[in-house]
Amino acid sequence: MKTILYIVQKEFKQIFRNKGMLPIIFVLPLLQLVILSNAATFEVKHIKFGYIDKDRTSTSRALVEKFNASTYFDVLTNFPSEALASSAMLKGEVDVVLEIPHYFERDLQKEKYNTLGVTINAIDGAAAGVENVYVTQIVQRFNQNLKVELLQVSDQQIQPITIETIPLFWYNETLNYKTFMVPGILVLLVTMITLFLSGMNIVREKEIGTLEQINVTPIKKSQFIIGKLFPFWVIGMGLLTVGLILAKLIFHVPMLGSLPLMYLYTSIYILVILGIGLFISNFTETQQQAMFIAWFFTVIFILMSGLFTPIESMPKWAQLFTEFNPIKYFVEVMRMVMLKGSGFMDILPQLLKTLTYAVIMNGLAVWRYRKTT
Amino acid sequence: MNNNKVIQVEGLTKMFGYFTAVNAITFDVEKGEIFGFLGANGAGKTTAMKMLIGISNPNSGKAKVAGFDVFTHAEDIKKNIGYMSQKFALYDDLTVKENITFFGGIYGLSRKRIKEKSAVLIEELELEKVANKLVGSLPLGWKQKLSFSVSLLHDPKIVFLDEPTGGVDPITRRQFWEMIYKAADQGTTVFVTTHYMDEAEYCDRVSIMVNGKIEALDTPKKLKEQFKAETMNDVFLKLARG
Repeated sequence: MKTILYIVQKEFKQIFRNKGMLPIIFVLPLLQLVILSNAATFEVKHIKFGYIDKDRTSTSRALVEKFNASTYFDVLTNFPSEALASSAMLKGEVDVVLEIPHYFERDLQKEKYNTLGVTINAIDGAAAGVENVYVTQIVQRFNQNLKVELLQVSDQQIQPITIETIPLFWYNETLNYKTFMVPGILVLLVTMITLFLSGMNIVREKEIGTLEQINVTPIKKSQFIIGKLFPFWVIGMGLLTVGLILAKLIFHVPMLGSLPLMYLYTSIYILVILGIGLFISNFTETQQQAMFIAWFFTVIFILMSGLFTPIESMPKWAQLFTEFNPIKYFVEVMRMVMLKGSGFMDILPQLLKTLTYAVIMNGLAVWRYRKTT
Repeated sequence: MNNNKVIQVEGLTKMFGYFTAVNAITFDVEKGEIFGFLGANGAGKTTAMKMLIGISNPNSGKAKVAGFDVFTHAEDIKKNIGYMSQKFALYDDLTVKENITFFGGIYGLSRKRIKEKSAVLIEELELEKVANKLVGSLPLGWKQKLSFSVSLLHDPKIVFLDEPTGGVDPITRRQFWEMIYKAADQGTTVFVTTHYMDEAEYCDRVSIMVNGKIEALDTPKKLKEQFKAETMNDVFLKLARG
């Protein structure tokens, strides 16, 4: 036990003495939290909108006016011809082009039916889908108004029957993306910092030759490893704390669940990450190698964590793979506890899986660590 | 078994793939002896030493260090030996005192003992003025002396020194050997590798390794007689050139 304290003491001294490292550990992640949480949004706004009005009547102008009134559509350009519109789309000057045909108003009144042409730049498929929904919604609303008007002038007997769905969004009523993203990004930061620091730390001692010196002492593997990793565990927990405070102060992310529960989960989660870091450092000889391997795993873990893309929409094999992704569990737990107010029993499955993961990872890492080669 | 023999090696072999780095070496080292372990670069000195200090597993042979078998009781050996590698291996980003405290601590010395030891050590090495300076800022010679003293912190029975005076000026080299003599006088066995043949003359007995084998082993005096050479330098050249 005393031996461990000596190592912990030494590690903290080295960490806090390293003036280049301190900002990397504490300032950069929080800066990232603030920037990423504001920037990483799935909302499609500021859509560059153009139209070709061949009808030039009060109805067509009313339709264009609908788009103008929408907060999602930004620039309104009136293109005199299709050719000009398509060349503008090619240059990226416009995302959506609405084409209103000749005799739009006349046909609508006569036949109560008409078609509009909509062209959407679909290089970003997800954004195009959202844009399509917006356009459809605006046209539908325009349609309803028009129906009512048309009905008033003609057939009084048939009442328009509209079935409307009133969506209720639970847990994040205002659909605020920051509420959704901040807990997730906090997960990433805690993960990355602890993984990189622990992965590179032991390799660094290999590089400078002090590890050999340690290996000739009678120190036990477990003492050395616990002493080495404990400081990073503390840093991880510290980072979570500062991150949560920022989430509350800057982003007003709700904290519905219990804070101690969150800390309980995180304390186990960081053990998993430290185990992975240690495992990496067992197999690498230089900090550079450790860095690349750590980076490789982080990218896969992040992209398959459900943070940016829902796991439900991944193919079956990929969903199976995410079962081995610790970040996925952390993201789930963070969102559950913070946004839904989930309790201990709700997150028990994640907690148990993470605990198992921690035991296996650290077991492997300690087993693989060799004082004698 | 002779209790005076602190290192007993018989047919110790280490292979890296098909390359035999250490080829069935056999020798004994007596308590309190300064044993010079010589050889050209790549002759297998460091590999042999790493097996004796329990950080490299031998492929075959027998070896006992401080009474413990290197195959089965490597961790017990580690309690009884000190080691100074050819690469400086104290922490550059810790101060002199912090390094002493850390290594004292992991060898299990009490706080009180560490304090006493570091006071004596700092005084002997005349490091009072830099005791709270980062080790990285010290000149190489000072670092090496500190490193040697740290390897003796826990009063080991045997201390292994791997080219301790490489790159060090002649005055410091001389001081270093005075320290080695002092340790030997106090009963510590010194196992030292070196490339300086004048240093080989200071040893009680010397072995010379060539291509993984020990080709000669005796006192410097007898080796010179045996090879009809004036100095150890000539002995070494005759052997190493084959």
